[in-house]
Amino acid sequence: MVVQALAFYLFATVAVLSATAVVTVRNPVHSVLLLILTFFNAAGLFVLLGAEFLAMLLVVVYVGAVAVLFLFVVMMLDINFVEMRQGFLNYLPIGVLIAVVLFVELALVGAGWTLTDGAVAVLAQPTPEGVTNVEALGRLIYTDYAYIFQAAGLVLLVAMIGAIVLTLRHREGVRRQKISEQVKRNRADTLEIKKVPVGRGI
Amino acid sequence: MELLWDGYIEPLVWIVAKILAIVVPLLVAVAYLTYAERKVIGAIQLRKGPNVVGPFGLLQPLADGLKLFLKETIIPSSANKGVFIIAPMLTFILAIIAWAVIPFDEGMVLADLNVGILYIFAISSLGVYGIVMAGWASNSKYAFLGALRSGAQMVSYEISIGLIIISVLLTTGSLNLSDIVRGQTGGIWEWNFVYHFPMFIIFIVSILAETNRAPFDLPEAEAELVSGYNVDYSAMTFALFFLGEYANMILMSGLCAILFLGGWSAPLPFLEFIPGAIWFILKICFVLFIFLWVRATFPRYRYDQLMRLGWKIFLPLSFAWVMLVATFLVVFDKVPA
Repeated sequence: MVVQALAFYLFATVAVLSATAVVTVRNPVHSVLLLILTFFNAAGLFVLLGAEFLAMLLVVVYVGAVAVLFLFVVMMLDINFVEMRQGFLNYLPIGVLIAVVLFVELALVGAGWTLTDGAVAVLAQPTPEGVTNVEALGRLIYTDYAYIFQAAGLVLLVAMIGAIVLTLRHREGVRRQKISEQVKRNRADTLEIKKVPVGRGI
Repeated sequence: MELLWDGYIEPLVWIVAKILAIVVPLLVAVAYLTYAERKVIGAIQLRKGPNVVGPFGLLQPLADGLKLFLKETIIPSSANKGVFIIAPMLTFILAIIAWAVIPFDEGMVLADLNVGILYIFAISSLGVYGIVMAGWASNSKYAFLGALRSGAQMVSYEISIGLIIISVLLTTGSLNLSDIVRGQTGGIWEWNFVYHFPMFIIFIVSILAETNRAPFDLPEAEAELVSGYNVDYSAMTFALFFLGEYANMILMSGLCAILFLGGWSAPLPFLEFIPGAIWFILKICFVLFIFLWVRATFPRYRYDQLMRLGWKIFLPLSFAWVMLVATFLVVFDKVPA
């Protein structure tokens, strides 16, 4: 299909270009916005693969939640751009090293698939015969690997509790609104009618 | 040549025609929603509302639109120009493209996605970017504060909306919007709001907060923020925000109609001779009326009260309801296949 090929090249080109721009533009807010564009194009590529559930999840979780927090943090911080660039040369060797390692790994994966006979045939289909994407994924997570999934959930729960414990502070002297108490209040608790004698006060 | 025509151009023309058939009535609906809002609030406050331009003031929205169109678009000199212009466009586009998966009647839908409800959820979770970008790009503290408030508010209420959608999906067994409606056909007692009544109420309150409408219109609180994130926008850029906000209201009302009020299905079986699209539009109008009614009735929430309501009341309640529905379905062996 010509249209699908065109769509693929569109998504792929924009994804690569915006990913490059994420690390090269000067303004950090522009960086985050371009990162969002990259996520979005990755979601488009997922749709082309037939994995529409993953695509929607990528948009909901990464674009809709994670990147929003990211954007908040970047907007709130007053970042000194000149200072940020200063350590660039010091960190360059480490950065290049990580990039090379990642590239070699990706190349190994790609080579493994193409050089081994029959490897492509065992590739898991995003849409198995007869069921939708969502159902196939649901079966894997909730039926085949339910216990492992639960364990992953517990790990996340522990991390969440840890984050709350680390940041929870009890400040003294903060007046909090207790709405239930306000609602429970009746006239006898709050109001007292007194007769004020003339010329004397209370 | 024939392949090119049959394979590409003809479907393309069809799709463009269908898109126009959705978008043009939508924009007219947005224009007349502003008119309806002013009339309804006028009636509630014992006023007349717009009644000068045209019969019963019916041409008022067109006059307003024309006015916005003819004004000068001002871009503040300290603004971040690219982001400043992209933000209203993004808001407007996001409010429009979500309509692609809304089924108006049996088979009357532009794209019958299997993950339709997730698509709408994804698009509405993007809506926050338009506002945050606008607030940041304006380079003004009022706009920025409004954008931050709005961002926090929309992210918070999305969670309870998501959980409510999950509990509806549990009883339907499909992520396809048409299937959700098909599961509710047969009369008003089959509609989801009967079984999920507490969630129906919470959903309506949450979509008020999600669309930044009164009593949760803190992002544009005139008293403190002189209208919030869009304070620096004028003319068409402002109009795009305005259109986007109202189109979002209609969209959320449509979602409410699909999830809880049976979409295009008739309330009583003998009324099925009336086309489904008319029922669907009537239900949207009903939810929209609630939007306007609430705006005229309730004072604005304070920000901490808003957050308390979202995180401490709606989130636990909707979580509990998901658990309850799931347990009920498993215990009574009613899990949809």
